[in-house]
Amino acid sequence: MNTQASDIIIESTGLVKHFGGGGLLSSPTIVRAVDGVSMAVKRGETFAIVGESGCGKSTLGRLLLRLIEPTAGDVRYEGRSILGLPPNEMRKLRREMQIIFQDPFGSLNPRMNVRDIVGEPIWLHGLAHGAEKQERVADLLRTVGLIPAHGERYPHEFSGGQRQRIGIARALAGEPKLIIGDEPVSALDVSIQAQIINLLEHLKDRFGLTLVIIAHDLAVIRHMSDRVAVMYLGEIVELSDTDDLFDDPLHPYTQALLTAIPVPSPVNRQPKPLLQGDVPSPAAPPSGCRFHTRCPHAKARCREEHPRLEAAADGRQVACHFWREIQNAGSGALTAPPASPALTKRLALYKTWRERHDKTATPGL
Amino acid sequence: MTIAIADDLVLPRKRNRILSKFLGNRSAMMGAGLVLFFIVIAVLAPLIAPHDPIKPSFSTIRKAPSAIFWFGTDELGRDVFSRMVIGARASLMAGVVSVAIAVLLGVPFGLISGYFGGWIDATISRSTEAMLAIPFLIFAIALAAFLGPSLTNAMIAIGLSAMPIFVRLTRGQVLTIKAEDYVEGARAIGLPNFWIILRYILPNVLPPILVQATLTVATAIIAEASLSFLGLGQQPPNPSWGSMLNTAKNFMSQAPWMSFFPGSAIFLIVLGFNLFGDGLRDALDPREN
Repeated sequence: MNTQASDIIIESTGLVKHFGGGGLLSSPTIVRAVDGVSMAVKRGETFAIVGESGCGKSTLGRLLLRLIEPTAGDVRYEGRSILGLPPNEMRKLRREMQIIFQDPFGSLNPRMNVRDIVGEPIWLHGLAHGAEKQERVADLLRTVGLIPAHGERYPHEFSGGQRQRIGIARALAGEPKLIIGDEPVSALDVSIQAQIINLLEHLKDRFGLTLVIIAHDLAVIRHMSDRVAVMYLGEIVELSDTDDLFDDPLHPYTQALLTAIPVPSPVNRQPKPLLQGDVPSPAAPPSGCRFHTRCPHAKARCREEHPRLEAAADGRQVACHFWREIQNAGSGALTAPPASPALTKRLALYKTWRERHDKTATPGL
Repeated sequence: MTIAIADDLVLPRKRNRILSKFLGNRSAMMGAGLVLFFIVIAVLAPLIAPHDPIKPSFSTIRKAPSAIFWFGTDELGRDVFSRMVIGARASLMAGVVSVAIAVLLGVPFGLISGYFGGWIDATISRSTEAMLAIPFLIFAIALAAFLGPSLTNAMIAIGLSAMPIFVRLTRGQVLTIKAEDYVEGARAIGLPNFWIILRYILPNVLPPILVQATLTVATAIIAEASLSFLGLGQQPPNPSWGSMLNTAKNFMSQAPWMSFFPGSAIFLIVLGFNLFGDGLRDALDPREN
């Protein structure tokens, strides 16, 4: 074990999950949900996994927690493989790694009240008993912005955002080191999304958590995460620091994803080269590079040879045969075009009005 | 981030939503009333019965209903009313005990089958389907004939015959609940399977099972009546509504009261349990508020 390893809280090597094709009577179609994913999450960072629906990002999250068993590959938590662990040791380890679900309406047991939902991990792992346990539950509820009196209520009495807070309180109850958020805000109203994201960031700082956020919303990811892994059809196609990824995407798929973000600029209304077609079925992925069917830069080599995830500058990784050429061509970078003279003039007018208005409105301050 | 609200703030809270919903349902209350009525009669039977239900009296054979014999007398001169009051015990017992047998055996099998899946599920499911292939009453008759004629054996036979329905119902419910996020969440905190089944699966699959149980009580009462009718249930001279009907069929034209009153009692108790079960189903459904 080298010195770097201590910085890594969880890592996967060659992780593969295939569904179906098992028994005599089951369907012969094999769905390659996750196909050879290797990644490492550093302690204390917020690591985002992003991709279209069906790209295997939720499956990857469940594999990391060993909620489902992988077909091949390994998951190491704090340097120790968790796949071979006997059930008892695995259960003890689960205290340290928690999950927050996407659907706040399906993730809480409707027959348990909030106090039992939040207190269960405390009871299960013997962290506290009796009055002390109740005090901890009350603390947790306060921490996530609820009040202890809510403990008597049942999940159906809460709104989506409140339920997600309950889910977060439960995830925190076992004093975890790692929390995986499986699209923790995508089911929520936009105004509530911001609250939950801020709460997660606050909790991360307060408890020194490592967050793995699975999402498809790039705005959420840009705001929250330190590093991003972009997935396409069960594979990581690009892994990079968040700022680098947004400023200078290397993989054509990442570029396409970023192009799809609406730019709030009135002069940039020309049609954008968006991705054509649907995601191919993970049951029959394309040969060679899986993205070649939709890639604007695809060449003959892409159809035949599968690109490996290779190292680029600044610790970035990209799986594309031609990323250097594509990068030199300068395509895809997300830069707002210069504003038109008319807009500049109007903005200047507004600014002067604003300043004058502020001066007259608050003379005493 | 924490919001400053007084901790001792008491929130208004609706208590017993299910109960109030049930109480507001008129047909469910009628069902509950009927069931309660027959239970009270069964419990207080020896106090209510005006005559000896077993001892023959050859001076009062097949008398029509009168002030002395409210529901008339049977072919051995016994008071039909007294026999029905005492027979309520056998009929209710048969209904409740056989359903208890069916639930206590069927639900655990269904839970194990649905939760663990694999070869356990295959074994239990195939056996259940084999049992379901035989019609309910035929199966009960075969079992009762095999065990020998007595009320206890009839209850066991009915319970075993009703069991497969509960296995299948429970298994189906478990498969739905098992896919919920909160069950995966329970595994994610490291909860052992035993606790997941007890706290997460069982409470969520229970409402439809409860409803099925009350409805099956009605079926079981009819089944006991049928078995007694065939001589496989309650043995003479002890009364049950089914065995009373069995002998009454020979005197349909001479003494119609012998069949009318036990038949009506069976009709009412079955109706009662059915209304009760339907009301329970509506009250337990959290989506209808």
